[in-house]
Amino acid sequence: MAVVFEKPKALTDAVLHYCPGCTHGIIHRLVAEVIDELGIQGKTVGIASVGCSVMSYDYFDVDMVQAAHGRAPAVGTGVKRANPDNIVFTYQGDGDLAAIGTAETVHSAARGENITVIFVNNAIYGMTGGQMAPTTLPGQVTQTSPYGRDTNTVGFPLKVCELLSNVDGATYLERVAVNNVKNVKAAKKAIKKAFTYQTEGKGFSLVEVVSTCPTNWGMTPQNALKWLEENMIPYYPLGVYKDKYAQEG
Amino acid sequence: MSEKVLMKGNEALAEAAIMAGCRHYLGYPITPQTEIAAYMAKRMPKVGGTFLQAESEIAAINMVIGVSAAGKRAMTSSSSPGISLKGEGLSYLAGCDLPAFVVNVQRGGPGLGGIQPSQSDYFQATKGTSHGDYHMLVLAPDSVQEMVSMTFKGFDMADKYRMTVMLLADGTMGQMMEPVSLDMGEVAEYDKSWAVTGTGCARKHNVVNSLFLKPEELEKKNFERFEKYRYIEENEVMYEEYMMDDADICIVAFGIAARVSKNAIDMARAKGIKVGMLRPITLWPFPKKELREIADKVKCFVSVEMSMGQMIEDVRLATECTKPVLLCNRVGGMIMTPEEVLAKIEEADKTGGNN
Repeated sequence: MAVVFEKPKALTDAVLHYCPGCTHGIIHRLVAEVIDELGIQGKTVGIASVGCSVMSYDYFDVDMVQAAHGRAPAVGTGVKRANPDNIVFTYQGDGDLAAIGTAETVHSAARGENITVIFVNNAIYGMTGGQMAPTTLPGQVTQTSPYGRDTNTVGFPLKVCELLSNVDGATYLERVAVNNVKNVKAAKKAIKKAFTYQTEGKGFSLVEVVSTCPTNWGMTPQNALKWLEENMIPYYPLGVYKDKYAQEG
Repeated sequence: MSEKVLMKGNEALAEAAIMAGCRHYLGYPITPQTEIAAYMAKRMPKVGGTFLQAESEIAAINMVIGVSAAGKRAMTSSSSPGISLKGEGLSYLAGCDLPAFVVNVQRGGPGLGGIQPSQSDYFQATKGTSHGDYHMLVLAPDSVQEMVSMTFKGFDMADKYRMTVMLLADGTMGQMMEPVSLDMGEVAEYDKSWAVTGTGCARKHNVVNSLFLKPEELEKKNFERFEKYRYIEENEVMYEEYMMDDADICIVAFGIAARVSKNAIDMARAKGIKVGMLRPITLWPFPKKELREIADKVKCFVSVEMSMGQMIEDVRLATECTKPVLLCNRVGGMIMTPEEVLAKIEEADKTGGNN
C-alpha cells in the first residue's frame, strides 16, 4: 500500500503535551519535515529552551540539550563551535528569546553564529500561566497586565525581526505564521531556507513564527486564529526582513 | 625532566589547560584574571582551538555548557563578581552532570568590591554558588607550579566525575611569576557516549537535561549524584602537611595565605614554638578526617584566611569543636604579613586558643 502521509522521522513517538489549538505542534512538524528533507537528522543537535517548548527535547528525534531560560543561543554557540559539522538549532518562545535572553539573541546574531533559531511568538508567557511577554500587544490583557498592556508604564512590544535586521552579523530573518495552509507552506519554506543556509555555512538565521495561545488568551482555537489575523499579524507584519543571499534564492 | 620556565600564574594555568586538551575557552574580561583570556586569544588559534569573548559571564558559562554537552573539554575563567553571574550555569552543569573547568581568580567583595587578592569566595565555591543540591570539586593552588598541575588534574577529574572543577586562586597566584615545569604527562580519555554529537541515525537520541518533573525521579538523580560526591570525599582529598610531626598548634590555610603562613611558622619555630600547618589543596572535598585526627594531638588551631572567617567554619565542623580555633585574617584585598600570623601563633601558644 502506498504511504500517503506519515510522521516525520525527526519526531519521536512521544505524545505532545501542548494545549488544544496550540500551534507548537505544527511548527515542530515543519522543523522535523525540513530535517528529514535535508537528510540531516543524524547530525542535527537541537537546543530546547524554557517555556512551553521546554519538553521539545522529548519530541525531536535528534540529540538535544535543554538550556536555561534565554540561554539557548549561547548553548547552541558552544555546541556548534565544538562540532562545526553538526547542524544546530534553537527552539525558543518570546519570553525566553526576547526578554531574559535578549543579549544572547542579539549577540549570537552579531557574531553571525552559524545556527538556526526558531522563534515562536505568541505574545504571552504560556508555561507559567499567561503573563505579559515582551511581545504582548498594547492593550492586551494578561495575568500581569490585567487592565491591558499600558504602554505608558510598561512600554512597547519588541519586534525581533525588525530589531535584528539592523545587526550586520545576521544573515536571514523572516517572520511567518501557521494560521492557514498558505502560511504554513510559506513557514516551511522559510524554515527550510534557514536550515539550508546553515548547511552552506552562511551564518545566523532566525525564523519568527507568529503563533496562538488559545488557553492563555482565553479563546477557542478558532477565535485565537481570528485574533491573530486581526491583531498579531498587523502589528508583526509577515515577510523577509533580511536575506544576505536573496539574489541566489 | 623538562626544563623549568618562568611564567605568570594566570598564563601558566592557561597553557596547562591547552596541554590538558582544552580547545575551547569562553570568557569575559574582568580584573584580575584577564591575562588568561589574553593568553588564550593568542594561543588558541595556533593550536586549532576556539577563543571566544562572550557578551556576558552568563553567555560564557552557557557556551561552556554547549561545548561540554558536545563532548569537548571547555573552560571559562573569571573573578568574584563574574563567578556570581556564572552561578546559574554552574547549577545547570551540575544538574546535567557535565564536566567543566572554571577558574576564579578571587578579588575582594562584596559587590564590585576591589581588584586586590581575596579569599572571600570560599563559601561561594564550596557551598553555595547557585541553587540546588550540588558540589563542585574546588582546588586551591599555592604556587604557579600548582596552578599548572591542578589545572591539568582538574580537567581530568572533571571528565572522570562529570562535574565542574573550580580552580580557586586569588590575584596573587594569578599575577606572580615562578619557574614551572610544564611536563604533565598524558591526557586520559573518558567515555563520552552521552554527548550530543548527532545520532548518525544509528542510536537513540541523547538528551542533556536537568529537568525532572517527577519528584521521585529528581530525588533519585540527587541521591545518585551524592553517591558520587561521597566517593570523591573518600578518594580525592588533597592536602599538604608542613611541620606537623611534633606540632601542638595547627595552622589551616590555603593559597597565598598558606605561603605567608609557612614564613610565619619558620619564624615561630626559630622561637621554639611547635607550630605546623595543614594546607587543604582540595577545599571540597575538605580534609575533614585529617583535621579530626590532628585535633587529638594539638592544643588549638589557627585559621589563616583572607576573608571574615569562612573556612574557619569547616575547621570547626571537621574538628567537632574539640579544640579552639583562632582566626587570623585580612580582607578587602589586604594580605596578612608573616609578622601578623606570627603574632597570632604567639597568642595561640600563650593562651592555648582560649581567649
